Amino acid sequence: MQSKPRFLTILDSVTAILFVIAVAMVFFYAPLERTMGQVQKVFYFHVATAWVGMLGFLVAAVVGILYLLKNDCKYDIAGIAAIEISLVFFFIAIIMGSIWARPVWNTWWTWDPRLTTATIVELIYAAYMMLRQGIEDPDRRARFGAVYSILGFLSVPLTFISIRLLRTIHPVVVGDSDPGAEGSFSMTDPMKATFFFSLFTFSVLFVDLFWHRLRMGKLAVVVEELRMKVSA
Amino acid sequence: MLFQQATPDTAGYMIAGYAVLFGVLLVYLTSFFVRFKKLRQDLDILEEFDVGD
Repeated sequence: MQSKPRFLTILDSVTAILFVIAVAMVFFYAPLERTMGQVQKVFYFHVATAWVGMLGFLVAAVVGILYLLKNDCKYDIAGIAAIEISLVFFFIAIIMGSIWARPVWNTWWTWDPRLTTATIVELIYAAYMMLRQGIEDPDRRARFGAVYSILGFLSVPLTFISIRLLRTIHPVVVGDSDPGAEGSFSMTDPMKATFFFSLFTFSVLFVDLFWHRLRMGKLAVVVEELRMKVSA
Repeated sequence: MLFQQATPDTAGYMIAGYAVLFGVLLVYLTSFFVRFKKLRQDLDILEEFDVGD
């Protein structure tokens, strides 16, 4: 196993610094929204975590296509790495959204198109993780993973556009909200700066975690091959 | 100004939201490092076996 690349160590430090700045901007720079109060500050990281979730599912679909074209196991390692990270961040986004909804919508949960499609996405990829475990042959497992991540990704754009096409109470951050949406607000410049900085920070965090997870995936393959060699 | 509503106190929900974020991230990172460490230990053991053969 290769030692940790120097650039990855630098990326770890940069990510940590960006994260601290993003948190500081949320709590000390972004102004207090008047109608929702402090809970509005959940919005910055709620959207950022959802963005990372969708980004990872997109990466998994792309590497899934690459795996089917090139039949190289490194794409399978990348696919599971992206999905694992995205599953965690999408879960955080759903829970943070539910906590935001309680004082704003007066309910923890409602079967609104956005919430429903987001839950379906999370369950689709949770099922991916479980189903993978049931396939012992590495080639079949990788092929299954590639096809599943491509088909599973169809649910992601559906979630993204659900609040733009369907009647919903979920506000739209960029673009016009449905008239029935509750919790919409106009972003001031400091709010926009905090929002876009959070998106950037979480994108860098994703790259950092993805790199670490790739290294772990490669290590797992080496261990598995060595185990088979020793037991043969 | 007379009918202006006061900003509601929703600090508890904000704290809960960020507690979930940091809590889940902490659990994930811990599980990540534990799995990585275990794989490294497995590799060391298997390499010893491999050299022994």
